[in-house]
Amino acid sequence: MTILVIADYVTEGQVNTGVAPSTLNTVAAAQKIGGDIHVLVAGVQVDSVAQAAAKIAGVSKVLVADNAAYAHQLPENVAPLIVELASGYSHVLSAATANGKNILPRVAAVLDVDQISEIISVESPDTFKRPIYAGNAIATVQSSAAIKVITVRATGFDAVAAEGGSATVEAVGAAHDTGKSSFVGEELAKSDRPELTAAKIVVSGGRGMQNGDNFKHLYTLADKLGAAVGASRAAVDAGFVPNDMQVGQTGKIVAPQLYIAVGISGAIQHLAGMKDSKVIVAINKDEEAPIFQVADYGLVADLFEAVPELEKLV
Amino acid sequence: MKVLVAVKRVVDYNVKVRVKADNSGVDLANVKMSMNPFCEIAVEEAVRLKEKGIASEIVVVTIGPATAQEQLRTALALGADRAILVEHAEELNALAVAKLLKAVVDKEQPQLVILGKQAIDSDNNQTGQMLAALSGYAQGTFASKVEVAGDKLNVTREVDDGLQTVGLTLPAIVTTDLRLNEPRYASLPNIMKAKKKPLESLTPEALGVSLTSTNKTLKVEAPATRSAGVKVKSVAELVEKLKNEAKVI
Repeated sequence: MTILVIADYVTEGQVNTGVAPSTLNTVAAAQKIGGDIHVLVAGVQVDSVAQAAAKIAGVSKVLVADNAAYAHQLPENVAPLIVELASGYSHVLSAATANGKNILPRVAAVLDVDQISEIISVESPDTFKRPIYAGNAIATVQSSAAIKVITVRATGFDAVAAEGGSATVEAVGAAHDTGKSSFVGEELAKSDRPELTAAKIVVSGGRGMQNGDNFKHLYTLADKLGAAVGASRAAVDAGFVPNDMQVGQTGKIVAPQLYIAVGISGAIQHLAGMKDSKVIVAINKDEEAPIFQVADYGLVADLFEAVPELEKLV
Repeated sequence: MKVLVAVKRVVDYNVKVRVKADNSGVDLANVKMSMNPFCEIAVEEAVRLKEKGIASEIVVVTIGPATAQEQLRTALALGADRAILVEHAEELNALAVAKLLKAVVDKEQPQLVILGKQAIDSDNNQTGQMLAALSGYAQGTFASKVEVAGDKLNVTREVDDGLQTVGLTLPAIVTTDLRLNEPRYASLPNIMKAKKKPLESLTPEALGVSLTSTNKTLKVEAPATRSAGVKVKSVAELVEKLKNEAKVI
């Protein structure tokens, strides 16, 4: 068995700098399946990403498709590349990132197999667990596909070491440019804080924050803790903060060491995105709020008094 | 242009689902069913395109049991012109659904197909992308803004670190994210009018589509429950516990 992992990478400014943390979790899932692990890096000017991928513990080969057609990971072009490479593999894995979710179903459809989305555990090389109904049920799914196409929920697997491997790097020449889509532009959130899905501590605000301006209290606390800042769907829907901060079933799934929920009632959709956190703290003035049912430490208090005090004491 | 919208009948998002005692699935008996919330956003977007004079006709399609006609009627009440039910009683996997939708696309030849990004029951997030691949169309997934510019479509997408805009050649597939629009409610006169709008029934056999799947669900279990912890009395006590008991700060 040989497994192909599709790498996500980090881009700073216009420069691709390295492998995304979620790819390390995906390699961990591949190790649970067992077999040789190859990583595909598709993009343009991705040398540094390929070098970083070659150092990932447990990876034996890195395939590099460096071509203008793969810039911005347009799925119309990247999916045919993966399909072409897939015939040599038993499994094709990607993290369940915006990219992975965008590209992999196209690969599965062309291979005429059903994809298995967002696995949280590997039971055997053909059997996996995945959450359904916003995590209110866990399905065990078995795949009979010759090539199994899988997206991996990063929080389900502990990351492998980013260093320590010495994989060979091999260029793959094929360029697929369907010409059906083009990159027009992007507006990326600029933040000096850790990335939400990779942060060890996450501070999230909900509707109780009352407005976007009040999130500054959370930013101050987060900066003191070295934490990322998230939000509930209610806070996003109310326009307090952008959607890339949303934690929940339809936003990002996080599982940090410490999750501090501030002014969040704890709707099912939100719990689906954070209930695997190691320690959960809830601060809410409504002592009946459902968030307290999952919190390790609950504090019934006015957040506008508790958060500044918390910031002083940590 | 002609717009096709695909919708799914799912458990209402307010229902707390329970796993069946025999672990064969989730108990759907006597549970309120609704249109998947992302599909409501898809219908709304199509209606707005029609109101702007861009869409000429909106066809809504679902694949599901006979009762899924309710969701088609809802879409008709919201502004779709006609409906297609591909009737199949059992739950299907995403590839089979995408193949059925491809057959409907071949028949209807829409310029734009709008779907929800994921259904809140299976949480797969696959069907739109699979339909795009099978049809050979471009895709704009997780859309928060859709603009038609001549024979192109500009789609702004919600990605992990912000927003990305792509230009797509039509015909194309769009899947909706939460912030694309806020769906309207159907008015009573429109609900009445919807009852007279055409609704066509098809079968997978008539469309010549194989429904086999490579995925088999072996069991469905309740997730591990997390027990409530303790209530602390003050911020100072909280900090003390986080430092000395949980050791996370």
